[in-house]
Order: sequence, then structure tokens, then C-alpha cells
Amino acid sequence: MPVNSAREDELMREVSKKDTLLRLYRYLFLYKEKLVKVGALVLVTLAITLVTPLMIERAVDTYVAQSDIAGLARLCAVGLIMFLVLTVCTRGWMRMMADITNQVLLNIRQELYEHIQTLSFHFFDSRPTGKILARVVGDVNSLKDVLSDSVTKLLPDLLTITGVAIIMICKSWQLAMAALLTLPILCIGMFVIQISAHKLWQIHRKKNSNLNAFIHENFSGIRIVQSFAAEQEKEKDFDRCSWEYRQSFVNAVRIGDLFGPLVEITWGVGGFLLYFIGIRIVGAEKIGVGTFLAFSTYLGMFWSPIRNLASFYNKIVTNISAAERIFDILDTPAEITDRDGCKELSCVQGEVNFSHVSFAYTDEPDRLVLEDVSFTVKPGETIALVGPTGAGKTTIVNLISRFYDVCAGQVKIDGQDIRDVSLESLRLQMGVMTQDTFLFTGTVRENICYGRSDATEEEMIAAAKAVHAHSFIMEMEQGYDTKISERSSQLSLGQRQLIAFARTMVSDPRILILDEATSSIDTHTEQLVQAGIEAMLKNRTSFIIAHRLSTIRGADRIFYVDDRKILESGTHDELMAKRGAYYRLYQSQFEL
Amino acid sequence: MKKLTTYMKRYWFLYLFGFAGMAISIWLDMMSPQITKRIIDDVIVGGQLQLLMRLLLGLLGIGLGRAVFQYIKEFSYDYIGVSVGYHMRKDLFCRLQGMSMDFFDRHNTGEIMTRVKEDVDKVWAVTGFIGILAVEAVTHTVMVLIFMFRLNPLLTLIPLVLLPLIGLCAVRMERGLGEGYDAISEETAELNTVAQECLAGVRTVKAFAKEQYEIEKFNGHNRKFYDLNMRQAGILANYQPVITLIGRVMLLAVVGVGGMFVIRERMTLGDLGAFLEYANNVIWPMEIVGWLSNDIASAFASWKKIKKASSQEPKIVQAKDARPLEDIKGEIRFEHVGFSLDGHEILKDINLTLGPGQTLGIMGMTGAGKSTLVNLLQRFYDVTEGRILLDGVDIRSLPLDQLRSSMAVVMQDVFLFSDTVAENVRTGRKETISREVVEWASERAGASQFISHLGSQYDTVIGERGVGLSGGQKQRISIARAIAKKAPVLILDDATSALDMETERAIQKNLRADSTSTKIIIGHRISAVRNADEIIVLDHNTIAERGTHGELMQKKGRYYRTWCVQYEGGEQECL
Repeated sequence: MPVNSAREDELMREVSKKDTLLRLYRYLFLYKEKLVKVGALVLVTLAITLVTPLMIERAVDTYVAQSDIAGLARLCAVGLIMFLVLTVCTRGWMRMMADITNQVLLNIRQELYEHIQTLSFHFFDSRPTGKILARVVGDVNSLKDVLSDSVTKLLPDLLTITGVAIIMICKSWQLAMAALLTLPILCIGMFVIQISAHKLWQIHRKKNSNLNAFIHENFSGIRIVQSFAAEQEKEKDFDRCSWEYRQSFVNAVRIGDLFGPLVEITWGVGGFLLYFIGIRIVGAEKIGVGTFLAFSTYLGMFWSPIRNLASFYNKIVTNISAAERIFDILDTPAEITDRDGCKELSCVQGEVNFSHVSFAYTDEPDRLVLEDVSFTVKPGETIALVGPTGAGKTTIVNLISRFYDVCAGQVKIDGQDIRDVSLESLRLQMGVMTQDTFLFTGTVRENICYGRSDATEEEMIAAAKAVHAHSFIMEMEQGYDTKISERSSQLSLGQRQLIAFARTMVSDPRILILDEATSSIDTHTEQLVQAGIEAMLKNRTSFIIAHRLSTIRGADRIFYVDDRKILESGTHDELMAKRGAYYRLYQSQFEL
Repeated sequence: MKKLTTYMKRYWFLYLFGFAGMAISIWLDMMSPQITKRIIDDVIVGGQLQLLMRLLLGLLGIGLGRAVFQYIKEFSYDYIGVSVGYHMRKDLFCRLQGMSMDFFDRHNTGEIMTRVKEDVDKVWAVTGFIGILAVEAVTHTVMVLIFMFRLNPLLTLIPLVLLPLIGLCAVRMERGLGEGYDAISEETAELNTVAQECLAGVRTVKAFAKEQYEIEKFNGHNRKFYDLNMRQAGILANYQPVITLIGRVMLLAVVGVGGMFVIRERMTLGDLGAFLEYANNVIWPMEIVGWLSNDIASAFASWKKIKKASSQEPKIVQAKDARPLEDIKGEIRFEHVGFSLDGHEILKDINLTLGPGQTLGIMGMTGAGKSTLVNLLQRFYDVTEGRILLDGVDIRSLPLDQLRSSMAVVMQDVFLFSDTVAENVRTGRKETISREVVEWASERAGASQFISHLGSQYDTVIGERGVGLSGGQKQRISIARAIAKKAPVLILDDATSALDMETERAIQKNLRADSTSTKIIIGHRISAVRNADEIIVLDHNTIAERGTHGELMQKKGRYYRTWCVQYEGGEQECL
């Protein structure tokens, strides 16, 4: 299957930036009322900020010039009140806006995580975990500034610009035209810069994700790295990832940093044109000194918000690729979903039926893994699946719990197509022990009761005793309350398997699937486990994949799986008498 | 980890360069009003039209100059930041990678990721563009104060009194934010860990239909993350407006007091106008004090975490006087080896001698300490009693690199990298292992057949941890990886558990044919160990039985009972 590794960049669909941005803003608009309040407060602060220079001008030109002390004092008092209002308003919108943005991030992160949970194994199998993580945590965080600035900076800046532009046009349309002549140049320039900057930021995001994946993988597999003395080698690989990450950033800012200078240049040209046209073409006397004076102030008031806008735009260009990556996941359809109007699967008897089942992985539809497999398993039967590795044993059991959907044929439980029932109700009746034993960080108790959090103490201990885990658990410092960590060396792999086994037993499944569940457990313990769970297994259908024949022999029926189908089936004695594939397999253990 | 300044020093030249760019850009900024003034005073009012072109070109020049120098400033600081981050990350990575196993027992991958990724990114920002913004704000303020002082020293007392107040606010805010960022950094690690675990254990989650539970768990942390961020925002909202207020009050005070001075004729009106313009110029640095302290506080919190993680000393370090052996033959001896971890005795009094080229089989109860034996041999942990000798030399006095390179281990828990099959097999010796060796090793590990069916054979990229391959296929690649190393000692820790018997037998035959390397085989199937020169059965932390297959069968002990179960169908029938 095509798999993405830590070194390669991910492929993504191209979506227009406008759509991405609008979609992002949709999250923001959920908080309409608060946004309006923030907007109002921001406007008040903006007004005060704009009035301030006028006030000071008046203070100096009128009161001070005319030695009006009382007027000066009055003005100072008014000013003080205004600034207190400003402080309160600023405090208000800062709090509210922080609340809105953090809420939006919270929502996006939650939605993303929930969606990821619905995706099929194929999604997880085809990319490193570190890359998914990068999107859930890092990419979401980087949207913070874009969201908050959109409201608190974009709005006042736009208002200032329009306001100043209107004032300028009213005062003298000729000068205004001269000053604004450079705006189109600025827009075109920004657009051009943006095109390449956006691409470069996209690359940077991908490199970021690669780096994340590499770090994750390296430390997940630290034992292999150290055991193979591969530290230097990994250092080199890391260095490459990290260098590319750095380089992609440098490439991006090389272009992205042009935004600021572009504004400066247009500002300079704008000033040049203003005076040139004003004095040479229109004539200074026509316009008047006062207007020129005012214009030189307006020019500053006009261009600094444009400078801000440019940097905001730059921020959008920088971070929109993070949003793209998030939406890319949200748009990945879940392959395995509940059908409309699906039923709840009530407590099943445990009859499992495959009729003409064929299966191939979605990305390699031509390579069948199973071809026209049919069988029926009666309730309470124990089936052992044997055969060479990679023959499709795991695939068969994966189809029963609907981890994948069949390509042709039907899988039925108690005569009901499993695609017609809800996933949750189906899986709650199954106890699956997968090949890779995975325990969560947490106490032993939490792990054992993972499948059924309402299990009683007695049930938990009974399950642990049945799988022979009770004694070693009790030997640990805090018994069932001992913390298990990701890599902890306090438990051996066999012991981990036993805890996972207990976890499956506690969940009290109607159909039990053990996929090499006891491969790391010694034969003696395995025997004890088998004796222990015998009572629990009564009346339950179970499927066992194992390579140790001592594990298999006791099954009601044995399926020999190879060549995309079930080649032989029957009891141990029947198959031995047949002298076929199973017989050869059995004999091979006696050969030296 | 080195000191932060060490990383920054390397770029002193660029810092200077960027600083110069910034200084010139500020200077140009202050020039521009003077030109405007001359245009109005001299050209429009004074009618000296011949000056116009020169002045206008000056204006244009200032625009251009500002563009150039601002670009120099921004780009050099972006460049410095990312480069400092790069060097820092590299050192941190190497440092953490060299930690011993006990460190990794205590720290989850999610946490380590946060340190190497998010935390370094934050520090980088402060050494780069945020740092320069702070410098710019300070420079600007100082320059303005100097100009003010020259205009009117007495009036300058107003900003001089108020500025420390702002400083005080900033310091207190920084402290509050700093605490919060400690918590945020922890929570980021937590969020990373929860998400990482759920994604890594996705099969388990789905098998138990616990998606909802996992979502709630994540949401709990997500919510906490939100709360922490809101707390920060609250602190910011408490101080920042106050700082702004102080700035504005300063302006008013200057107007009021300065106005009085003018009225009392202690100052000219023109000077007051200029003074006010300068006062206006220190407003913006104050507006950004909040954001700056915020970022700086967060960077410091991250830097503390980085230092804390990297300052831990690995327990397993190479002895100072470690001398490499010239040639390792592969003789292994355990002398009264004992090992306890966290007060629990895991192994006691283990004695073993294994000659070069010999094979040792290890069986034993789950949790009896079989894998620990291998961990000790590779020095993932150090023995707490006795010693382990390789070719007669205590392994603690060998270079770590040589010790580990002399052993090839197939671990119980198969881990493959998301890379091509060939690169996985080459792990540890990427440069020296040729394609032929890769194919040879895969052949011997019984893997070449299924590899040839993969999309691009040896160049097929396999997923992280080898997802997409069956358990047995993964195991065979990891066996090939060990074989390709051609190490004097080969260790198979329950390495064939997921293989069917026929494949297992074929691989064993291949391994037996290689008589040069010393082999340690841990297994649960008799078939895996029966041909060993010596078989030991571990039980209750020590060797319970030892001997060859024949001897152990005679003994009719644990080994014999296991044999009965596996070959005869049950203990009862046998005994």
C-alpha cells in the first residue's frame, strides 16, 4: 500500500484560499453576539485613539496659546476620563476576544479529534502518527493569531483607512488621488508576493509535519535505535529533517518579509506623488498650506494601518496552510460508517457466517487478499485459524469486527449482515485481542476495565485470576493501582499480554477473537490461562489465531488458511487423517 | 544543553547586521518629518521651487531606504531565530537520544516530542523576531527620552517617573504569565500524549468501541488547555490596558504641565509641540509591552523545560577509560549477576558461560526475567550485582557503541521505521550494508518471498511500526535487520512467535548454518530452543533448570512438562 513516511511530504488536495478562510471564519461567526460586543468595544477604543491627537492639538493651539489655565485643566480632566474608558473597554474586548478565539480552537480541535476517531485503519496505516499529531495540536494552535487579529485589528484598521481616505477626498480630491495613486501598485505587489509566499509556507508546514513525525518515531522506537547503535545515523536523518524545516522557513520568510518593505516603498512613492502633483501640477497656492500640513498628518494615519494590514495579510498567508491541513483531515470521509437506519445489534447467539466473501485493500483493489470465502460457525464453537504468515488469517477476523468492509459477499452474525447494524453495538459484542498488545498510560485497573468501566472489583479480579495475571499484579507495589507507562520495564511483554487478555475477558464479549493473543506467554502459563477461561468461554463463539499447535489442538474446528481461501477445515484428528497442508505443518515441528 | 547565549553568540555578526538595519530604519523614520517640514516651510511657504525636486527625491529615497533596511532587519532576525532553533534542537535531540532507558521509562513520547518541537519553536521566536521587537521598542524609547531631555530636562521627569511604573507592571505580568506557561507547556505535553496514545492504540480503541470515551478524555485535556490559555489572557487583560493607560496619562501630564510651563513662559510653544510629538512616539512601544512579555514568558517557560529535560544525567554512560576491543569473538559470561529495579528483584545469581559460536536457549515463565537478561547484556540497564563479561572484559569498561554494535537483537516487540524495507534492514549500518547483503539477510530470514510481492519490493515504504504488514512479516523483517548486521552475537528475543512452524523451521536452519556468531534464543516453543548448546529455564528470578535438550528431557522437570504439552497434547498424558 502507498504509505507516507517521515521523510516524504504529504500530498494534499488543492483548495482555494478564499474557501479555506471563509470556512475558518464560519467557526468564528458562531459567536456572533460576542463578536458584535467586541466590535463595539473596539470601535470605542478606536474613536478615543483617533480623538486624542485632535484634543492635544486643541490644548496646545487654543488653551496654551491663549494662556487659558482653566480650559487646560478641563481638557486634562476630560482626557483622563476618556482614557479610563479606553482602559476599561480594552480590558473588555481583550478578555472577550481571547474567550472567542480559544473557544474556536477548542471546537476545531475537538471536531478534528472526533472526526479522526471515525476514520478507518487505512487512514492511520498510511501515515506516521506524528503527522496526525502535528495537525491536532500544532496546526490548530497556529490559527490563534489569525482568528483574533481578524476581529481586533482588521476591523479598526479598515475603518481607519476608509475614514482617512474619505476625509482626504473631502479636503482635496486632487491631493487625495495623488496620495492614493500608489494603492493599486501595492495591491498587485501583495498579490504577487502572496502567490509564492503561500506555496512556500505550505512547504514549510509539510516539513514541520515531517519533523514531528520523525521525532515521534525515533523516540517511540528508541530501544531499536540504541540497540542498533543507530544514534549517529538517526542524528543524520534528524539533521536532514530539521535542516529542511529551517530551510523551508528561510525560503518562506525571504519572500514573506517583502510585505513590509513593499508598503514602505509605496508610502514613499505616495508622498512623492502627493507633493509633486500638488505643487507642480495643481499648484500650491490653489491648495493652501493648511491642507498640505493636514495631508502630511493624514498620510501617516493612512499608511500605518495599511502597514498593519500587510502584516496581517502576511499572517494569513503564513497560517492558512495550517487551516488547509486541518480541513484536509475533516474532509477525509470515514470509510466505515453506520448505514442510515441501521439497527442496534441485540445480544447475539454468536453464529458467524461468511458467504462468498472477497476482500482487497482499497488502495490495491486488484490484489485480492481473500477470494470467495464461505463458512458458517455455530454459536459456541471454537475455531482455530492456522496457516502461513500473511495468508489472510488476521484479515478474516478483521472482517468479522468490521474493521474493514468486504468487497463482495456478506458477513453475517446471527443471520444479520453486519453492515446493517450499528458499529458500536457490533463491536461491543466482540472481544478482540489484536497482535500488538497496546496498554494505555494509567493504572492496571483502568486498563483491565477499559472495555467496561462499570465492571465491579470482583469481576475484574475474576478476569485477572482467570488469565493468571492476578498474582503478578498483586506482587507489584500498588497492586491494581500501579501505574503503567508507555514503555515501562516493570512489565514484560507476556505480562502485558495477560493484562490485555484480562481486559478482553472483563468486557464479556459474545464473540471472542484472539489474534496471537498468547504468543509471548510461556506454555505453562498458557495452559493455566486456557483452564482459567474455559468456564468463561462456554457458549461463546471464539476465533483463535495461533502458531503454537498446543494452543490450536483443542479447537472444535481448525481452518487452514492459505492462498486467499480456507484450504482445509475440520478437527485436529480429521485434518491429520487427511494428510494435507495441516498435517505437513504439524509434522514440521518434529523435524529438526 | 549549552547556555542560550552560546547559541546566540554564533550569530553575533548577523545580530549586529540586523541591529544596524533597524537603527538606520528608525533614523530614516525620524528624518522623514523634517523633509516634509522643509517642503512646507521652504517650498510652499518660502516659494523655493528649485528645492522641490531634491527634497522629493529625498522623500523617495527615505521610502526606499526604509524598505531595504527593514527587510534587512526582518530577514536577518528571522534567519537568526530559525538557525538558533535549529542548532538548539539538534543538541537537544542528540542529548535526549543518548539518555538511558530509565529516562524513557519515565517520559512518554508525547512529552519528549513537545520538548523537541513546540518548546524549541517558542525559544526560537524570542531569539529572533520577538527579541528584536523588544530591542527595537527599548531603543526607540531611549532615543526619544534623549531627545526629550535635550528639549526640556524638567519635563522629561514625567516620562522618567512613569516609565518605571510600566516596567513594574511588565515585570509582574511576566511573572504571572510565566507560571501559567509552565502549566501550559505541561498541558501541551499531556495533550500530545493523550492524542498520541489514542492514535497509536487505535486498534484497541476501535476493538472496544471506546471512541466516545477517548474523545471525552481528549476533550477533558482540551478544556484544561483552554482554561489555562484563558487564565493567561486574563492576566494579559489585567495589565496591558493599565500599561496603555499610564502611557496616555503621561501624554496628558506633558500637555498639562508643559502647558503651564509655556503659560509661565518657561518653555516655548514650539518646544512643547516637539516634546508632544516625541511623547506620542513612546506610545507604541508601550502598547506592545504586553504581547512581548507574553511571548518572552512563554519562551522562558519552554527554555526551563528544555533545560530540565536535558539536564538529567543518563545513568548508563561510557566509562572514561573505556577501551575498545580489537576483535570481538563473542564469548559471554555472566558472573553472579543480579538485578533489581525500583526495589524489586528481577534477577539473582545468574551464572552463565557461552563460548564463541555457541547457542544458548532461554525459556521460562512470563515475567521471569528473560528479556531483562538481554537488556543487561546490551547495557540498557546496569547489573546491580555481579558482572557480565564479553570476551573476558566487563561490559561496563567497553565503549557503549562497540558493545551494542557487537550484538544484533531481534526484539520481542517489533518496531520498524516508516521507511523502505531496505532502509529498515540497513538500520544502524546504512553506509556499509549493500543491497546484496540486504537481500541475503532477507532471504535467510525467510522474508524475500513476501518482499518480492510488495509493490516496489525492497523499496516499498512500510508504515510506522510496520503497519500494513502482518505480524509474521514484520517479525521476519526485523530478523533480517539483525542478520544483516553480521554481529558476533545474535539475540532472538521470542522472535519467531508470530511465525508459522514451517517458516520458523526454515529460519532456524539458516541460523544454525552460521556457526561463527554466538546466539541467544529466547522462546516459548521447544522447537525454538531444542538445538541449543545449553538451555536454561528461568523461574522466580533465577535459573531453575539447565542443560541440553536431552539432559532436560531426562530430568522430567519444567522443560519436560512444556515438551509434553506441546508435543503430546497435555501434561497428564505424559506423566
